[in-house]
Amino acid sequence: MTTYLLRRFALGLCVLIVSMLLLFVLIYAVPGDPAAIALGPRASEAQKAFFREQMGLDQPLAMQAASFLWNLLHGDFGTDILSQRPVADLVFAALPRTVTLAVVGVIWAAAIGTPLGIWAALRPNTFIDWLIGVISTSVVALPAFLMAIYALILFAVMLNWFPAIGAGEPGDLLDQLHHLALPAFAIGVAWVGYIARLVRVSMLETLAQPHVRTYRSFGVSDLRIALRYVLPIAVVPVISVLGVGIGNLLSGAVLVEVVFSRPGLGSLAYDAVLSRNFPVLLGAVVVTTGLYVLANFLADALIAYLDPRLAEKG
Amino acid sequence: MTDQTAAAPRAVKAERHATLRRLLGTPTGAVASLVVAAFVIAALAAPLVAPYDPNAIDPINRMQGPSAAHWLGTDQLGRDLLSRIVFGTRTALYIALTGTGAALGVGMAMGMIAGLGGKILDSALVLLNDSIKSLPLVLFALALVTIYGASVPALIVIIAISMAPGYFRVVRNQVLVLNNADFIVAAQSMGASRLRLAATHMLPNLIGPILVLIAMDIPAVIGIESGLSFLGQGIQPPQSSWGNMLSEGYTYVRQAPHIAIAAGLPIVLSTIAFTFLGETLRDALDPRRAVRT
Amino acid sequence: MSAPVLALDNVSIRYPSAPAAAVRNVSFEVGTGETLGIVGESGSGKSTLAAAMMGLLPRGSCVTGSLRFEGRDLFGQMTERDLRQLRGRDIATIAQDPFTALNPVMKIGRQLDIFQHWYHDRPRAERKARILEMLEQVRLSDPDVRMQQYPHQLSGGILQRVSIAAALLAEPKLLIADEPTTALDATTEAQILGIMAEAKETLRGATVFITHDMSVVERLCDRIAVLYAGELVETGTVAEVLGNPQHPYTKALLECDPARIEEPTSELPTIGGTVPALDDRPAGCIFEPRCPSAVARCRAEAPLRHDLGPRRSAACHLVTP
Repeated sequence: MTTYLLRRFALGLCVLIVSMLLLFVLIYAVPGDPAAIALGPRASEAQKAFFREQMGLDQPLAMQAASFLWNLLHGDFGTDILSQRPVADLVFAALPRTVTLAVVGVIWAAAIGTPLGIWAALRPNTFIDWLIGVISTSVVALPAFLMAIYALILFAVMLNWFPAIGAGEPGDLLDQLHHLALPAFAIGVAWVGYIARLVRVSMLETLAQPHVRTYRSFGVSDLRIALRYVLPIAVVPVISVLGVGIGNLLSGAVLVEVVFSRPGLGSLAYDAVLSRNFPVLLGAVVVTTGLYVLANFLADALIAYLDPRLAEKG
Repeated sequence: MTDQTAAAPRAVKAERHATLRRLLGTPTGAVASLVVAAFVIAALAAPLVAPYDPNAIDPINRMQGPSAAHWLGTDQLGRDLLSRIVFGTRTALYIALTGTGAALGVGMAMGMIAGLGGKILDSALVLLNDSIKSLPLVLFALALVTIYGASVPALIVIIAISMAPGYFRVVRNQVLVLNNADFIVAAQSMGASRLRLAATHMLPNLIGPILVLIAMDIPAVIGIESGLSFLGQGIQPPQSSWGNMLSEGYTYVRQAPHIAIAAGLPIVLSTIAFTFLGETLRDALDPRRAVRT
Repeated sequence: MSAPVLALDNVSIRYPSAPAAAVRNVSFEVGTGETLGIVGESGSGKSTLAAAMMGLLPRGSCVTGSLRFEGRDLFGQMTERDLRQLRGRDIATIAQDPFTALNPVMKIGRQLDIFQHWYHDRPRAERKARILEMLEQVRLSDPDVRMQQYPHQLSGGILQRVSIAAALLAEPKLLIADEPTTALDATTEAQILGIMAEAKETLRGATVFITHDMSVVERLCDRIAVLYAGELVETGTVAEVLGNPQHPYTKALLECDPARIEEPTSELPTIGGTVPALDDRPAGCIFEPRCPSAVARCRAEAPLRHDLGPRRSAACHLVTP
């Protein structure tokens, strides 16, 4: 178990380092002065000089890459060129809001999608299975930000049931939840279909295993078998796929935040694009990548806990 | 031996007809194919299909709701929304095809190198692709756009990088399977070159999975393009794009919500149609899977 | 003999969308304290019969004739729910492959407790004590340790003992063992058969033992039913049938049994040909194409069951009562 987790952790760290190097290559491949390009025409000479020093642009390329990596990995994302505040502060202040939005979105989607997937798997090749399949396939590729715009038009502009912008009064939990409802809905729509499909396939595969028949031959009811004994096995592959999907989830959240003018990583990044505030964008990318790696590591750990065979194989 | 080679093409052809029949045989597959065909026609024959000039400004009829003259209404400058959608289809399909095509090229090259190039190269490329997958797509795209500027080529590069891992995986697995296949080992011992073998034996096996992957990726690319355009960082006006229309509609969402609603419709329709097409294609190419799961 | 625990009368079973019935017109009985061995090659319908006895045929299967457990027809009078009430309490099974029969992600002890679910009104401590007692009865070493282990940590022999313990914990009136030793090696098989022989003694009901191995029948069973291609070709007590086989198929099976070959020989005898496919059954006797003593009548006309004494019969034209 420990070896398995250590290996997964090391692999995650490698992925993080390589993706940072990839960013480095893409940034430095740009022709011309990276500082001028990254900071835009409005940046002052002093800001550019500061950026160059901070990114190590005056050093040999290998040194640049090394210091770039080192700075990012220990949380030094540079300084916001507008407010002169450390980017890490800005990003980590915005992060919890975005993560909350993403998590609430996935939770409601799982709460609807899992039972749908189970239902379809228990009635394979019937009308209800077909219907659930068509619905989940239809929603699975719908962009979250489009759902956000439609939800905004229907529930905020036309029906006026929910507020259209912002995240609610700080300290007023009810108001915050009221503001969270539409964005979380928009993010979750595609995931309902995604999760329903994953759960269905995984349930069908698990239900076909011989040990399920053993439960039946001891008179355990089909529903109890499905929920108590098959589902815990069937969710394992679903969790690993969800871990990979977290990147899509965060991308969706970023756009949805812009639609609802919600403070968070997305709004921060969007404002940074408009003001060509590159360090902030870089910080947002790095932190989100770290979050992806962390989420996948946690998914691996959860899988190892749920399926002891895996952990022993290492 | 000669008999076998003579019979092979006919067998493949029969198989293709069966695939086509299965594709159009299911109601969802037939509807999806029809909708996709309609989008393709709209893109190719946009000037013929569109009822108006997409850029013709008509200040008197600004922000009109749907009517007999303007089926989907007009935007804030009085331009016909349906015509703009039809011309936007060109942009959407152009980006979708070039984007997935570039991703296919990058992924395929990496997959071939990984499969044929030995263990170290393989591990390195797997790690690279895992790393690409770990980058948050929208934020990554915004960071690149800040440096390189928002343009169609920049958009295609972003899509090519972020979609390549899917094709990499398919190609690499196929090469690895063939590396160990008996008939390849036999042909190799008779002096056939590895690259040539890979090309002749692998490509037929790859076409199916890659077609499915392309059909599945197109909705994602449409989502990325319209999302970035919505943020003003994708297709730049005056080129018409669904995302740009959404962005404009979003600005006037309180006065004229029909603009945003109309701009979203082709995105909803095309993503659903391409997803079903990919789904049906996958089942049609692998009938066992369709029955089993 | 008192009322049979299990009585099959002219049972035919057809799977949904199958071209023909997998089991046809099979009749036999098993009484209290008796062990019936059902013998046949693969494809003879043994496992179909086992599934039917548990009421676990796939949805949409068609059953004709009657299959009575303690006088109640499993398919005529009982609902799905009634059938489920029987399983794990009145009827218990030992599965074929111990490696896949248990949940891979659950500890042995918890699984055994779940299988006892009909007895969950008893206190937890009592249930655990019963499990430990039963694991000792099937001669499992360190039962305490085993209960804390996962299936993949255990050997096939140990897993099959766990399966036997699970079945015995149900205190069934009918125990069905579906080829419980085919997945095991020869040494383990001998141990498991020994445990099965002991277990039979403690059972208050009947046992059905499904196998393709005549020597297993000889060792464990009182009665035998020989199946061929879904039909019952011969039945009777083990002593009668093995001592004086009447049907040519039974004779052929016995000749192929390595344990019965007395003279040293370089090759094992086999029965020529294969079991006919479900949709390609001969018009006359089903065994005719492979039968060494077939005559013209065998090709034209299917033989009826000839009674050769009380609960003893064979389906062959050549049998003279």
